[in-house]
This record gives sequence, structure tokens and C-alpha cells, in this order.
Amino acid sequence: MLRYLLNKIALLIPTLVGITICAFAFVRLLPGDPILAMAGEHGVAPARYEELKEQFGYNLPIWEQYARYVREVATGDFGVSISSKRPVLEEFKTLFPATLELSFFAMIFAMVIGIPAGIFAAVKRGSWFDQSLMGTALVGYSMPIFWWGLLLIIFFSGYLGWTPVSGRIGLQFFLKPITGFMTIDSLLYGKWDAFRSALSHLVLPSIVLGTIPLAVIARQTRSAMLEVLGEDYVRTARAKGLSAARVIGVHALRNALIPVVTTIGLQVGTLLAGAILTETIFAWPGIGKWMVDSIFKRDYVVVQSGLLLIALIVMAVNLIVDVLYAVINPRIRAA
Amino acid sequence: MKKTMAFAAALLAASVLSGMASAKTLVYCSEASPANFDPGTTTGGNDFDASSRTVYSRLVEFKHGGTEIEPGLADKWEISDDGLVYTFHLHPGVKFQTTDYFKPTRDLNADDVVFSFDRQFNKQNPWNGDKYLPNLTWDYYTGMDMPKYVAKWEKVDDLTVKLTLTEPNAPMLANLGMDFASIVSKEYADQLEKEGKMADFSTKPIGTGPFQFVDYQLDSVIRYAANPDYFKGKEKIDDLVFAITPDATARIQKVLAGECDIAPYPNPADIATIKANKDVTLLDQAGLNIGYMSYNTTIPPLDKPEVRHALNQAIDREALIKSLFQDAGATPAENLIPPTMWSWNKDVKTDTYNPEAAKKVLADAGLKEIQLWAADRVRPYNPNFQRAAELIQADWAKVGVKANIVNYEWTKYREEGKKKDRPGAFQIGWTGDNGDPDNFFATLFACSAIGVSNYSSWCDKDFEDLIQKAKKTSDQAERTKLYEQAQVIFAKEAPAFLLAHSQVYAVVRNNVTGFKMDPLGIHRFDGVDKSE
Repeated sequence: MLRYLLNKIALLIPTLVGITICAFAFVRLLPGDPILAMAGEHGVAPARYEELKEQFGYNLPIWEQYARYVREVATGDFGVSISSKRPVLEEFKTLFPATLELSFFAMIFAMVIGIPAGIFAAVKRGSWFDQSLMGTALVGYSMPIFWWGLLLIIFFSGYLGWTPVSGRIGLQFFLKPITGFMTIDSLLYGKWDAFRSALSHLVLPSIVLGTIPLAVIARQTRSAMLEVLGEDYVRTARAKGLSAARVIGVHALRNALIPVVTTIGLQVGTLLAGAILTETIFAWPGIGKWMVDSIFKRDYVVVQSGLLLIALIVMAVNLIVDVLYAVINPRIRAA
Repeated sequence: MKKTMAFAAALLAASVLSGMASAKTLVYCSEASPANFDPGTTTGGNDFDASSRTVYSRLVEFKHGGTEIEPGLADKWEISDDGLVYTFHLHPGVKFQTTDYFKPTRDLNADDVVFSFDRQFNKQNPWNGDKYLPNLTWDYYTGMDMPKYVAKWEKVDDLTVKLTLTEPNAPMLANLGMDFASIVSKEYADQLEKEGKMADFSTKPIGTGPFQFVDYQLDSVIRYAANPDYFKGKEKIDDLVFAITPDATARIQKVLAGECDIAPYPNPADIATIKANKDVTLLDQAGLNIGYMSYNTTIPPLDKPEVRHALNQAIDREALIKSLFQDAGATPAENLIPPTMWSWNKDVKTDTYNPEAAKKVLADAGLKEIQLWAADRVRPYNPNFQRAAELIQADWAKVGVKANIVNYEWTKYREEGKKKDRPGAFQIGWTGDNGDPDNFFATLFACSAIGVSNYSSWCDKDFEDLIQKAKKTSDQAERTKLYEQAQVIFAKEAPAFLLAHSQVYAVVRNNVTGFKMDPLGIHRFDGVDKSE
């Protein structure tokens, strides 16, 4: 097991180097000069331009800029935002809990609906339920998040008035963050109405963000379940006279869940990508909105370091998934 | 007697309770997070709404809803006859805000004013550089050419400040009403420097403005309370909240749902919905901007005014504006400056659509092909450069001119466009900074702006003389005359095709009173009230 783990970690190193190169290169490949971009319509006098170039280190040869960047990142220095002048890591730490909280609820939504729906579709294979579920899943998978989010806001918040339009909590609640998770903080303060408000603000964005993972999980559960239901041990279990619920719930599901767990892990990337749009629509103060704002502001330092930090998180989650996979499926460890 | 006492007690209790209940909160759905709260260091309109217009005041202010200058922290001022020395007399007894992080021990004085500007250019000032915040660029101070014009700031006595210029520059007064010219507290700066917490100056602001800062949850909510010591009197609103909502449609839904009271910049597509709703009002105003298209006046045959006029006449401007701005609408531009700005010449008209006349002139000039530039960016004065280019291309095709559209990414676009030898017609525009005509005429068409922001490479001696003279004249009536003449020359020479001044919108709930649209694009909450 330890060897397996070390192996996996070793594999991450080239990925990590690749990501630093990508993050560094992407920002520099963007057309337009960052200094001129910052100056806006006013333009900037040539002398001032040179001065600023030096101040930001853009006058150095490109490899030297890269070396400097890697050195800084390796020592935990992710730079300082050009626009807000705050350390990037500090902003990231402030905003990340919001993204994590939203992703968590989106995932819960996707799993609680996706897994049972997938199982049911597999058991009733070929039925109208199966057909319509798979059709709906395809629609969900192809759903443009931006449009979907606005549609839900206009219907549920605008027309019906059931849910708040956007934000994390009602403005009447003024809670200084403790953990940064609004649902937990409101409970720590002992304020039930604040907790309810935080939950109600989570409903729509969780649905929007969870829609694509929901579709993927439902489809994956269904196909894994179908495969397992055809296995010999399931037939044996049935032949033993076990109840259908026990055959499906214990013998089949446990084995079918192995690929599903991997799928869920891989959805973390999808969640973070989806968070960019979801957070922007719902004014959710997380890292997705932060990245979008920074791109528009041409805040290259935040874009570059933000990319890297997000990639690090996706890698860490994938590592955890690999380990979990090995735990629930002993065959992997041996391989 | 007992009864009366009980009644009085009940009345008292009721009035106390109602007093508590009537703590008025105004919620503004802002469009973006502020970079920070030090208006000297930031450049965005949303930064200024959240800092300079709420927390701070300036020596002079723009009239609410206009571009004229009125007294601010300075009750009055004198300008010397040679236009070089400005003497400001400060309002006595102005208090800086008292918060849980700063308790002022003295009133505003000349030291604060001198410090507010000194920190923006004096490299010896510890607040100028990295010691305060990394990579400071003081964009507006340099962008408005302050280093070139300001010789020195001096304290005469506690309530008198003297500004000496290097040469006469009438727009200076308007510059001092701009956000970067907000007056900060030297006492607070000194305290933070001593405590080694200089960066707090940009995150926990202290000013003399109508509202004081309470809290900011990053990218989410900013909270302010009315400044009880505000020198123009405490505001009627007790609490002001900025709910940061970047998506335009979500912002409007929030106003409609009553989750916020005011929201700026609706999507053009939502304007019909807003107009149909009876709980809210749509406010609009011609923005302080201009969309135009610069011809390079140095390259034949575009060096001839008649050719430029002909190209203008070939464009069906009305259809173009309708197609570009749709429901949002825009005011067709007759002059470079918008009609809301003083000195706008109502007698000047730009070219009208006349393809027949244009065709002949262009054929005679032998103009068969032209480059037509389009950027990839949405700007307030032009929502779609590419679409505009395609429509103009079609119009010019009808008069026998083939337009080749040139595309670049926004930054690269301007870099290429400002080169002296850039060929053809270049779409661009401008949003004003300080409401002074100089900020349009000199910034965009002065001879010295060639290669910087004079995209027409146009240098006309008569025009130049007029705008330079206007810049050096302090008397506004005199300046108005000069700019009116300059507009006549501009229309005659046609260095550019003038498109439109776009409309700026905000949505306000009907129980809100006193909120005004501002031509400068700022959102102010002083004087705003709300009924239940």
C-alpha cells in the first residue's frame, strides 16, 4: 500500500512542473501587454512604461522570470494581487471555504439523487423510467450552466419568490467568519434563522452546480450496476434465494460503487470549473468568481497563482480518490 | 394621574421601539468588488463608489447629478491672476470618522490636504511606495498629468492650503474633485505607520465623508454606517450595504425581489421587464462618453477633409446606432463632448446620411479600399465594435469603397491603433474623467497626444490654439466661448466619425428618494432616503 501511495505521489511531480509551466505560459501568451492593459484608455508615457516594466519584473528574460516564479512558489510565496495589493494566498484562503461549501452541497445533491436514480434505472432497464432518466441525464449533462442558473433565478426567485436571488446569507445577518463555512458559522453563533437563511441561499446554486455531476453519476451508476447485475456472484446470490433488495443493496451495489467513487472524485475538476460560472451568477464569494474578476481586471498574478492553487487542489483530490479506490478495491493495490 | 403616567410610559416605549425599528438600511447591488478602499491607488468606478464617494470628501465636489464644481472641504478658494496659485480655505471643525480602529484627536487641517497629495508623487514619502503597498502606480495622479502641472502644495495655516502650478491649467479645479484627490487623514496614517500596520490604510478607510466603513466580507458584502459627525449633516440612511452582484440579470432580479434598493447597469435585454414593473423606476442619463472612429488624417486620401466628410455621409448612422445599442438607446453625437457637459455647442451638427453625394467625392478621390478597425471588447460607448464594423463595411460598399476589417485583442488593438502611420479608420471612444471639456478635446485631439491617444494623428493649428488657450484661462465663460469655436473647427475638419453618447442606467425601487444618476458614472448615496 505504501509503495502504491509513493508511486502515485511520484507521478504527481511531473504534472506539477507541467502546471507551473502552463500557468506561467498561459498568462504570457495572452495577447496584449500587461502594463498597457493596466493603464487602460489613458495610455502610458514611454518613460513611465519602462519604469513599470522594471517594477513588475517584465523586463527580465523570460526564463529568468520563470525561475523567479518557481522559486517564489516553492517557498509558499504566491505573489501579491496587482489590483487589491493583498497576498494571493490570503485571498484564496478567505474565499476557498465558500467554494468548498457550495461544492459540498452540490455534490450531496448530485449523489443523493444520482445514485438511487442510476440504480433504479439499471434494475428497471429498458422501462420508460430508464429511458426518460437517461434522456434527462443527457440534457443535464449538456446544460449550459449560465443559462440554467439564470432560468432558475427568474423562475424560483423572481416569479415564485421561494428562494433568494443571490448571495450567501441574508444581509440582515452580520456574522464575522469563524470557519468561513456559513452553515457551520451560523450554528456556532447559535443563530437558527441565520442557518436557515444560509441553507436557502445554497439551494439554487447547489442545484445549478450539481446538475452536470448528477447526470454523470446517474449514468455511471446505471452502467456499473448493469455490469455487476450480470456477474456470476449476483446470480449466485439470487439463486441462494436472497431478497431482491439484499441482492441489489449489498451484493451488487458495493461492487458497482467502485467506478462510481472514481467518477465522483473526477467530478471535482468539473465542480471547480462549474463554480466559475455558478459563483458569478449567484454572486457567491468563492474562488471561481475571484478568478473571473481577476481575468477581467488583467490581474495576471492572481490568474497565474489561482490556476496553480486550483490545480493543486484537483491533484490532491485525485490522489485521495486513488487511495480510496485502493482501499475499497484490493485488486488495485497489487497491480 | 396614574393613567396619564401609564399612557406616557406606553407612548415613550412605543416611540423607542419605533425608533429602533426605523433604523434605515439602504442596499445597493454593486457590480464588482472594490480592489481596495484607498481611492488614490485604484482606478475602477466600482472602487470609487465604495471608497471615495462614500467614505471620503474632497476640497471641491461635483454638483450632484452634474459636472459643475461646488465647494467641498474647501468653503472657498482664490485663483491668482496669472492662474498659477490656488488658495483653498478649509471648512472649520470638520471631523474625521470615529470607528473601532481609529479615534481622531484633532479636526481636519491643512496637513491632511498636503499629505493626501504628497503621498501620490513624493518618492520620499513612506506612503508612496512598497512600504505601504506593493507595486503602487498612482494611475490617476499620473494619468491626469498632475506631476507635470503641480509645483508644490503648501500649508499656509491650519485652515489654508496653497497649490502652486508650473503653468496655468484651468482643468485643475475639476481634477481636484476627482476620486484620486480624496482627502485622507494624516493622523490615521501616522498611527498606522507607528503600529507597523500600514496596509490597513487601504482596507480600513477613514475619511470625512457621509458614511463610515464598518466591515467588508471579501467579494460579498460591504457595510457602512452614517457618519454622525458628517460636516454637511448626518445622512437620513442609517446603514448602507453594498451587496456585490456581478451578474447583470441577477442584479435586476434582486431589485425586483426587494433584496436590494438600487442597482446599476442593467442588461439592455432586461430594460423592457424593468419598465413594465411598477415597483421600480429606471433612471437614465446620457453618459459622459463618446464613441467615434478616427481617420488617419496624415495618409492620403484621408488627409483631405472632403474625403472624410464623404465617408461620414456614407454611413447610415441612425440605423447603426439602433442596431448597436438596441433597447438601451444612445444619443447620436453632434460634437465630441456630450450634451450634458458645459460648452457643448448646440449649433454644430455633424454630417448627415447622404450616400449619393459621398459616392461622387470618393470616386473623384480614388478611394477604393480602406482598413476598418474593430476590437474584441465591449465598451460603454460601443457595445460591439465588430458589428459596427460590419454595418459600416456594408454602407461603404454601397458607395464603392471596400473596407477590410482589422481585428486585434483590446490591448494590442490600442497599441497598434495609436501608431502615427496606422492606416484607415479606427473605432475607439472615451469616458470622461472630470467633466472638463479639456479632458475630451486635449486628451483626444491635441497635437501632443499624437502617438498616445490622438488616433487621428490630427494636428490643426487653429483648433490647437483654441484648446491650449482654453486650458490656460480660468474664467469659465471665456473658456466656453473657446471650446464652442473649437467644436466648429472639429465639425469642419472631421478628423473622426462621431457615433454616439451611450445611455447609462440604474434601477431604483420606488420607495427610494434622492438618488440621482451622475454623468461622471459615479454612484452617490448622500442625500438618499427610503420610506418603508
